[in-house]
Amino acid sequence: MTSTAHASPGEIADPSIRSARLARLASLPLKKHAHPWRWLSGAFIIAALVFVVRAFARGDIEWSEVAAYLFDDRILEGLGQTVQLAVICTLLGTAIGIGVAVMRLSRNPVASSVAWFYVWIFRGTPDLLQLLLWFNLALVFPTLTIPGVWEARTIDVVTPFVAAVIALSISAGAYIAENVRGAIAAVDHGQLEAASALGLPKRSTFRKIVMPQAMPSLIPAIGNHAIILLKLSSLASVISYTELMGSAQEIYYVNARVVELLFTIAIWYLVATSLAGVLQYYLEKWYGRSNVVTRTNSLDRATARVLNRLRSGTKGA
Amino acid sequence: MSTATSAQPMVQLGGIRKSFHHLDVLKGVDIEVGNGQTICIIGPSGSGKSTLLRCINHLELPDAGVVVVDGEVMGYTEKKGRLVAVRAKDIDRQRRTVGMVFQRFNLFPHLTALENVALTPRQVLGLSRKEANALAEEQLARVDMLSRKDAYARQLSGGQQQRVAIARALAMKPKVILFDEPTSALDPELVGEVLQVMKDLAAEGMTMVVVTHEMQFARECASEVVFMDGGRVVEQGSPDEIFGSPRHERTRAFISRVAHETAASG
Ligand SMILES: Nc1ncnc2c1ncn2[C@@H]1O[C@H](COP(=O)(O)OP(=O)(O)O)[C@@H](O)[C@H]1O
Ligand SMILES: [Mg+2]
Repeated sequence: MTSTAHASPGEIADPSIRSARLARLASLPLKKHAHPWRWLSGAFIIAALVFVVRAFARGDIEWSEVAAYLFDDRILEGLGQTVQLAVICTLLGTAIGIGVAVMRLSRNPVASSVAWFYVWIFRGTPDLLQLLLWFNLALVFPTLTIPGVWEARTIDVVTPFVAAVIALSISAGAYIAENVRGAIAAVDHGQLEAASALGLPKRSTFRKIVMPQAMPSLIPAIGNHAIILLKLSSLASVISYTELMGSAQEIYYVNARVVELLFTIAIWYLVATSLAGVLQYYLEKWYGRSNVVTRTNSLDRATARVLNRLRSGTKGA
Repeated sequence: MSTATSAQPMVQLGGIRKSFHHLDVLKGVDIEVGNGQTICIIGPSGSGKSTLLRCINHLELPDAGVVVVDGEVMGYTEKKGRLVAVRAKDIDRQRRTVGMVFQRFNLFPHLTALENVALTPRQVLGLSRKEANALAEEQLARVDMLSRKDAYARQLSGGQQQRVAIARALAMKPKVILFDEPTSALDPELVGEVLQVMKDLAAEGMTMVVVTHEMQFARECASEVVFMDGGRVVEQGSPDEIFGSPRHERTRAFISRVAHETAASG
């Protein structure tokens, strides 16, 4: 239990330092903190995990089925739809978010009120409710018309896929707008003054000065939303869109292997969200390359810790 | 107040007033800057020097009065006996004729030195990347920063950043450059390199309006020194007049105070 990380005793090289006490103290080995609670709590958690794993292993789950369905065509098809939906909604949501944030920050009171209202509505109501409303648009407007140009039945236009894209993008846009607003407002005012003084047009200032500096603090928020959207896309199964959740349901309605299929898709959701996390890490690195915002993200910090440990290890040896 | 300037006027300020929430910061300022002149504006903190400078390029909109740069009224056009506000793209175009250098440099931190200088020419003058970069390199060479063209702001000292900022202003081929305490944020040993660049510009005949506490610079380079206090021009004249025989008590007090401070800190 006792950690015995003894550092090698130091020797005083400078002969002009003759204090016997200092020499004795410097030669004593150093003993670091033992952290007994870390060991204890770690052991407890491992025990709990073993218990849970054993319980599931002995429980009524056919694990071979979980593995068998992992690469089932229908599951892979559903996975593709989930990823597609999440990617499209993240991109559209970001575009909407930027647009709404710009309106919100505009000096034009009409624009900023409209943007405020948008955020208020779509951030303040459940995603599932929004999804159902968009899907049932046909009940309100049986046909969609641009007078003299185009007309179509709403049912044909607002398919489950379209309803899901609209609903999730619009709701994500409302959240992302708030993030963008914060990131833009955090850009140093002197940057805008310098751009104005140069006579750089507003559009260029936004594209070349403001957004690149807002991006580093925005990427984590957008990455977070990409992960949320990967999961929220499962709501689309409610309007009979066969993404990952829908595919699993279609299969287990027939063969009753409910839990097995839920575990199968849980694995895929974890893979997808983990990959999104990795992508986010590299985007952060790319946008932070001039180190505008000195954010230390957790992965970098972890890497730095490991490197430090390795370095001090080699030094001590 | 009229001053005899032999040169053609490049910047004329007439009756500039500005207040912030009932605080009258500028109470009617008239200044004329001749082509190729260097005007140094001195005065106590809070006297309105920065505000005046920012009125020249309309970063701050004067409440009253006009700014004329090379014959053109900043921000307005004359129509049927009235001055009508111009549109954003016209004010952008006018601002390009007036360069500005800030106390805190305000380099774009996500761009390299070269990109900082090349950005605006590329965006607004319709230059190709190659042409803009060539122009930027030429300007960086003028301030002796060509060797650091690929550095980001955080990799440069304050003096180097300020020199890049000057190159960035020069790249737009401005008719006049405004300096707002360009050396106040610098470590003392870096002040000299920035002042040297400014002296070179003055010698090349660039028209400059410089707000500064560097009295030595004003003495050496100014064609005219303007002393401001309380939102007004108190006194204006040649460096010899202002530093040698100031007519106003307030000018005299300010100059002796600054001289003491410089002596104490130096
Ligand atoms: N944007 C602003 N809003 C409110 N007050 C301001 C603003 N800009 C300047 N002031 C005030 O105007 C006065 C003059 O400021 P400034 O022009 O910066 O003086 P100086 O540059 O001579 O030190 C100060 O009292 C300052 O607080
Ligand atoms: Mg000032």
